[in-house]
Amino acid sequence: MSKGFGSKIKNISDTNLLLTITIVVFFLMYIGAMIFQGEGFLKPQALFNILNANAALIILSCGMSIVMITGGIDISVGGVTALISMCCAVYLDKAGGNVAVSVLIAILIGLGFGLVQGFLVAYLEIQPFIVTLAGMFFARGMTTIVNTEPFNVSNEAFVALKNTRIIVPGMGSVNRLGNYVDAYVEIGVIVAILVVIVMFCVLKWTKLGRNFYAVGGNSQSALMLGINVKRTKFIAHLLCGVLAGIGGFVYFLHVGSGSPSHASGAEMNAIASSIIGGTMLTGGVGNIIGTFFGVLSLSTIQNIVSSAGLDQAWWTGITVAAMLCLFLVVQSVVMAVRKKGSVK
Amino acid sequence: MFGFRVKLMKKMVVGIGILLCLLLWFSSCGTRIEESETVPGSDLLEEEKELAAEGDNYIVVGFSQVGSESDWRIASTESFKGTFTQENGYYLIFEDAQQKQENQLKAMRDFILQEVDYIILDPIVETGWDAVLQEAKDAGIPVIVADRQVKVSDESLYTAWVGSDFEEQGRRAGEWLADYLEGQGRSSEEIRIVTLQGTLDSTAQLGRTGGFGQILKQHDNWTMLERRDADFTQTKGQEVMEDFLKAYPDIDVVISENDNMTFGAIEAIEAAGKTCGPDGDIIIISFDAGRAALQAMAEGKINADFECNPNLGPLVSDIIQKLEQGEEAEKLQYVKETYFDPSMDLQALIEERSY
Repeated sequence: MSKGFGSKIKNISDTNLLLTITIVVFFLMYIGAMIFQGEGFLKPQALFNILNANAALIILSCGMSIVMITGGIDISVGGVTALISMCCAVYLDKAGGNVAVSVLIAILIGLGFGLVQGFLVAYLEIQPFIVTLAGMFFARGMTTIVNTEPFNVSNEAFVALKNTRIIVPGMGSVNRLGNYVDAYVEIGVIVAILVVIVMFCVLKWTKLGRNFYAVGGNSQSALMLGINVKRTKFIAHLLCGVLAGIGGFVYFLHVGSGSPSHASGAEMNAIASSIIGGTMLTGGVGNIIGTFFGVLSLSTIQNIVSSAGLDQAWWTGITVAAMLCLFLVVQSVVMAVRKKGSVK
Repeated sequence: MFGFRVKLMKKMVVGIGILLCLLLWFSSCGTRIEESETVPGSDLLEEEKELAAEGDNYIVVGFSQVGSESDWRIASTESFKGTFTQENGYYLIFEDAQQKQENQLKAMRDFILQEVDYIILDPIVETGWDAVLQEAKDAGIPVIVADRQVKVSDESLYTAWVGSDFEEQGRRAGEWLADYLEGQGRSSEEIRIVTLQGTLDSTAQLGRTGGFGQILKQHDNWTMLERRDADFTQTKGQEVMEDFLKAYPDIDVVISENDNMTFGAIEAIEAAGKTCGPDGDIIIISFDAGRAALQAMAEGKINADFECNPNLGPLVSDIIQKLEQGEEAEKLQYVKETYFDPSMDLQALIEERSY
């Protein structure tokens, strides 16, 4: 009993350490970009643009982190996002639907995937990778069945919502015509920040949150502690599914179109963001705030690469790969040093 | 123990908060300094321009490309990269959108934020550009649309469009055929034609079919036996051509709306025991004029090939130079395009061909 509790405390401080590394690296990178690349990065809107473009990824990554903390993985989130975009697009555009109902559709689709995948992983004990791989193929296939052609949604209420901008006071800048342009964020960013705050609180202060860490850290001792391991895993996948639903709608709200190729690779970006944010693939370690900064780091790197005038497509991939390696090495070195210290 | 954790977390939250505030303050500080520098100056615009010119004298151009899905696209990218070099006085920021409109929208917003001097956009789709083009207009950045077109409510949202005139390509193919037949002394003979069409409703298909159709109408002795969609692909081109050969035993001319379908058609014709090209039974007219097609022409299998010129860079550069001089640029500009037939020195042309 005391051993389990002790290891839990240790894990949480590991989490904090990795989180600190992530945040420091992000700020160093961003300030470096401001100094060396100036122009685009000097304006606050640059940061808000990153948030606007990645609101959906932040939400998807939160779900991913939770599943990864319990020691699982969910690679269906990109496919689910594409499916949601397509279903909502067809519903709004071709059936003349209502925006509130489309939000409901999005969340229900996410919930459906969460329920089925969670059940298969937790109660039938199938490998999460295989289950969610099937989920991904299913979602991508269904997207094409719903509609093969990409198209833009012209539903008025939806377009109005999509173009709604929340002005951030005092952060605007003057453009070269001498006009003051307000800084703004899209609605999705507000949703993403709310999700980050709620999930952070859930992981920190609820029994459920602590169970996630315990199950991922060592499911045997979690079981001995009287934690319902199966139920915890099930809830983690369910939560990830619902977040994929919300993230899917936020993605749809940002792009305003349906296409079978939407959000391709989003699951991999979510995994990368979680890892950069200090979540460990082995489970038991991770933090939502870290994930948030993981997403920001990932897209800042992409911005730096592109504004440095390098050919984006492959350079981005290479820098992200380098960054992942760096973080994994730093993580394992830090962990190794720590273990050594505690043994002594 | 628990108290310690809460304290530690509080510290961290406060720390993150301070860092974020610093970051935003730092960044808004940067803009505020520029602001205060420019306000006292009598001429805001002039001063801004000087500020921009101080760093470097290059014209900064942001280019959002569709992707790298075809040889044509790659050749087009190379054309822009070759034109907007630092030797020519440009600084090019190239963004590959990998076939996604969202990437293009983000790239355009980044360009606007970086205050590039010009934006070049090769739009993936025609709709959904109003908001971002308005932002560029508000920021005083001219947008030049290349290759594909945009559908916007207000035409003043972009400065100019540059691309291929597909209808002209079709017309010229028709005129070439008329001349060629006259040269052979077949101008009053009945000529039976079939067309392998590109993906229906695509800009290239509509233009090429329409342009050739205009010339077709002028010749009473030309009969269009059938037009069928072969989707711009080699396999479909072959299938459709096989069907045509079975249905019509005496085809004189095949119009194939791109090179890939032409390759399929040639295979079908040869498999049916017929010959094509200048010395064959069937006249083949193709479009795009890629290197592989010119090779096939050199082997005597294609009669004429009408170019779809990917070399848009120099034309866009001309527009930018005009705008820099304060002149107006024409709204729609068609790139100069040529055609190829076996009377030319094909080997030399193949070697200098970019795609």
